[in-house]
Amino acid sequence: MSREELEKKSSATLLRIAGAWYDQMKGGEIPSISLPTRTKYNIEFDDASEVWKYGDKESLRTAASAKSATHILKMAYVIGFIKQQLRENRSSTLREMYYISEGWKRAKFGAQDESNFLIEDLEILSDVPREGFHLHPEENGASIYGPMRIREETRRGMKTIHCQDDVGQAGYTIPNSIENIEFVDHDAKFVIAIETGGMYDRLIENGFDEEHNAILVHLKGQPARSTRRMLNKISSTWDLPVLVFTDGDPWSYRIYGSVAYGAIKSAHMSELLATPRAQFLGLQPSDIRDYNLPSDKLTDKDVEALKSELTDPRFATDYWRKQINLQIEMGLKSEQQAFAARGLDFVTKKYLPERLAEMGIL
Amino acid sequence: MVLADELAKQQRSISVAEFFEKNKHLLGFDSPTRGVITTIKEAVDNALDACEEARVLPDIFISIKKTANDIFRIIVEDNGPGIVPAQIPFVFGKLLYGSRFHQIRQTRGQQGIGISAAVLYAQLTSGVPTIVISRTGPKESAHRFEIQIQIETNEPDILKSEAIEWDRIHGTRVQIEFKSTMAARKKLIEYLRYTSIVNPHARFRVELDDEAFTFERVSQEVIACPVAIQPHPHGIEFGQLKRMAQGGSERLLDFLVNGFSRVGKKSAQEICDRAGLEPTIKTDSLDTDKLKTLLAAMQAAAVPAPPSSQCLSPIGEELIRRGLDKEFQMDFVAARTRASSVFSGHSFMVEAAIGYGGKLTADGNAILLRFANRVPLMYQQGACAITDCVSRVNWKSYNISQQGLPTGPILILVHVASTNVPFTSESKDAIASIPEIEKEVVLALQDLGRDLKLFVSHRDKNKLAEDRARAVCAIIPEIAEKVSEIVEKPIVDTSPIEGKLMRKLIVKKSTRAGKVTIELANYSGFDGEISVYEISADSASDSTPRVDFVSEMDGQFTKVWKILAPSREVSRISYSGKGGGILEIRGIDDAKKMVVDLDV
Repeated sequence: MSREELEKKSSATLLRIAGAWYDQMKGGEIPSISLPTRTKYNIEFDDASEVWKYGDKESLRTAASAKSATHILKMAYVIGFIKQQLRENRSSTLREMYYISEGWKRAKFGAQDESNFLIEDLEILSDVPREGFHLHPEENGASIYGPMRIREETRRGMKTIHCQDDVGQAGYTIPNSIENIEFVDHDAKFVIAIETGGMYDRLIENGFDEEHNAILVHLKGQPARSTRRMLNKISSTWDLPVLVFTDGDPWSYRIYGSVAYGAIKSAHMSELLATPRAQFLGLQPSDIRDYNLPSDKLTDKDVEALKSELTDPRFATDYWRKQINLQIEMGLKSEQQAFAARGLDFVTKKYLPERLAEMGIL
Repeated sequence: MVLADELAKQQRSISVAEFFEKNKHLLGFDSPTRGVITTIKEAVDNALDACEEARVLPDIFISIKKTANDIFRIIVEDNGPGIVPAQIPFVFGKLLYGSRFHQIRQTRGQQGIGISAAVLYAQLTSGVPTIVISRTGPKESAHRFEIQIQIETNEPDILKSEAIEWDRIHGTRVQIEFKSTMAARKKLIEYLRYTSIVNPHARFRVELDDEAFTFERVSQEVIACPVAIQPHPHGIEFGQLKRMAQGGSERLLDFLVNGFSRVGKKSAQEICDRAGLEPTIKTDSLDTDKLKTLLAAMQAAAVPAPPSSQCLSPIGEELIRRGLDKEFQMDFVAARTRASSVFSGHSFMVEAAIGYGGKLTADGNAILLRFANRVPLMYQQGACAITDCVSRVNWKSYNISQQGLPTGPILILVHVASTNVPFTSESKDAIASIPEIEKEVVLALQDLGRDLKLFVSHRDKNKLAEDRARAVCAIIPEIAEKVSEIVEKPIVDTSPIEGKLMRKLIVKKSTRAGKVTIELANYSGFDGEISVYEISADSASDSTPRVDFVSEMDGQFTKVWKILAPSREVSRISYSGKGGGILEIRGIDDAKKMVVDLDV
C-alpha cells in the first residue's frame, strides 16, 4: 500500500468510528465500541498466512461506566488528534502524543502504556499500522549491514544507500517507517538476524558479509516492529532465506518466535510483521554439547519457560522438542559470545559455515 | 524446741482484708493508674445494680479531682434506693459483704469485694477515710459516714456518723480519696463510653478535672431487674449442696423439688433412684459419701435447662444498635441476641453487634468491645475467649480482610450475660474458654458477618449506579462534543440518553467564560416546584431567572431559586460568576435527583 493510500484509509476508518458514535448518540444510545480481546487466549494460528492472529473473541465497551466512558472519550481525542496530524502532514512519536494529552483534561493519559495500548486498539479497528496515523515509536530501529541497495524517501529528499558502501561500520539504521523504502537491488544469498550487538560487530569485523554475501541485521534484543517489518520485506521482496542467530536460552527462542510467527501485542499485524520462512540458526542446545561451549546453569524460571515452550504451538516441531528436551536434560544455557572461548575467528570460520552447510544454505 | 513448735508460733489465721492488702492485683488495684478505673467501675456497677433493683432510670454522677500532689478524690453518686444506715458500714467497710452473692441471677457486682476493696486501697495509700452519704426516701433523713476497714479483723471502723440534710430524695454518694495518676484518662473515658453503650437507659454526668461531659441515655425504659432463680442440679457444687442439705430436715424428694429449678417429682424420683437413696430420707441425715453419690446422680439425671427469661437481662438488638449509634458514627450497625443456652447448669446468653464504616479508622485491627453482664472488660483482651472467637471466624468469607482479628473500619461488640460469668481471674478482665459460650459467640458473629457482607455489596452496587450516573451525565456530553467536532457536524444533544437512563431530575452546574449555568433536566416524572439552594462567592445579581432569595455572610452568598420544572423539559439558571460552592436541590425525593458539578 502506498503512503497516500494508507493515509486515506486511516482517515476514512477513523472518521467512520467517530461517525458511528455520533449516530449512536443522536439515536439516544450510549456510545460503544467492540474490540477483539487482546489476550493469549484469543490468538489463533492462521494456516494460510502461517502467522498468529487475533481470533474472533470480541468485547464490547459501552460508555455506561465512568471507566469505559473515559476510555471512549480518550479514543475520541486521539482520533481528533490523528485527524489533525494527517491534515497538516505532521508526525509525532508515541511519547509526544502522551505529553500532548496533558492538555486533554479528563481525556489525558495516566501513563504511556495506556496511550500505546489505545493506539494498538485503533490499529486493530482500522486495520492500518500506526505509521498510517503518523505515529511512531521514539526508539529508532536496529541496523543493517550487507550487500543491498535501498532508496529511502527522507524529509530531506530521496536518498539511495548501499548498505555496505554508503554506511559507517555500524551499518544502516532502519527507520521507523519501512513504507517509505524502496528495495532497489542486492547481491546477497541469505540474511542473518542477530540478537546481540557483540556478535553483529564480530561478523562485520571478520568480513563475514563479504565472504559469504550475507545481509546482517542487528535485532537489538526483542526486535522492534520496524525491524521485523524490514525482515519481512527483504524476505518477501527478494525471496531470500532469513536465519535467526540468538543466545541459547528460552527467552532468545521467543525472539525467534516473534520474528517467524508474530507476537501477542501485535497479532493484528502479523501478516506485515512476521517472516514465516525465518529459520532458527542457533545457538542450539546441541551446539553447547557439540562445541563444549562455556555455559551457565538454567534457573528455575528458565526451566519453567522451556517447559511452557514445549506446549507452545509455535514450537511444536520435532526439531524444537528434541532441542528443548536436550537443554532441560543438560540444565545449561550459553550466550552467543561464548564462541569466543574457542578463538575470535571460530564463529565465522568454523561454526557458521558448518551450520549453514548443514541447513543447506551454503 | 522442735522446729514445728517454732513454726506453730508464727501460724495464725489471716484476715481477708490482710490477704487482699498483699494481693491487690487480684482485685484490679495492681497499679495506681488502674486503681481509678477499678474504683469507678465498682462504684458504677453497684449504682447501676441498685437502680435496676429499685426500677429507676439511673442518673449517675462521677467526679474525679486532684486534691494534692498525687491524691485524687473520686465521687460517684446515684439516684438508687439508698442503703439503710445500719448496713452502710458493712457494705463499704467489710470485704466479702454483699446481697447478691447467694443469688442466681445476672448482676454486675457479685462477691461484695469491689467497693470495699477501694475503701481499703484508699486507706492504704492516702489514709483518708471514705465518706458515704445515703438516703432511702423522702421521709428519711440522709446519713453521712466516715468509714475505714479494720485490717486485722475485716470489720468496719466508723470514724464518724451523723444525720444530715441532702438535696437528693434517695440515692447514695461515695467519696474515696487515694493515690493515683490520670495516665489512664483515655481508658477511663473509654470505659464510661462503653458502659453507656450497654446501659442505654442510664445517664452519666462526668466531671474530669475541670472538664464536664455527659453520656446521655437513649432509652427511657427501665430495664427489668433479673429475678433470682433456684440452683440447677447440673450447676451445683459439693459445698453448696452440703450447705443446703444440712440447712433443713426435709425429705429428699421434697428437697430436690423445692430447692432446685426445673426439678419436678419425676426428675426427683429419677435422681433418688440413680443415687440409690430413699426419697423419704431426711436430708440432714445424709453423710458426705451419700451426698457425693447424690451429687453425681443430680449431674447425670436428665433435667431441662434452667429458665433464663427472668434471671438474665439481655440488652436487646434495638438498644445495642441505638447505644452504638450514639457513641460511634458508622454507616452500618447490626446486632444479634442469641437464644439463651446453658453451660454446667448456668444460663447464659450471647449478644453481639457489628458496625462498619463511617468515622471508624479504615486501617488496623477492628475495634473490639467486650462485655460481661453489661460491664465492659477493659483489660487482658488477648487472654479473653471472646477475642479468640472473633479471630476464629473466617472473616475473609464475608469479604473482610483479617489478620487474626478482622481489619478495616469495623467495630465488634460481644456481650455475654450469665448467672455466673466464667472469668479467668477475680479481677474480672477476661472470659474463660467455655466451649458452649464460644460456640454461641461464633454463631452470632457469623450471622452478623453475613449481614455486613450484604450491606457492603449493596453499597458497592449503589456506588456502581453513581459511577454510571457520572459517566452518563458528565463524560458522555464531552464525548459528544469531541465527536461532533471530528465529524464536523452540529453538537449532538445527549440529554435523551440521560433521560432514558436516569429517570431522574438531573442538575448540572458548569462554569464557562465567567458564566455559571445550572441546568435542570427533569426526567423524574415529578412535576412541581423545586428549590435550588446555592452557597458560593457569586452574588448572582444578574441571574435569569431572578434569585428568589439571597443573603450574604462573610462574602458567601446563599441563594435560593424556586423553579417550576415541568416533566421532560430542561430549565436553566445562569448568571455571571466564578462558580464553585455548594449546590443543593430540595423539594424532590433524594432518589429522584442527581446533582453533577461539571467543574469538579
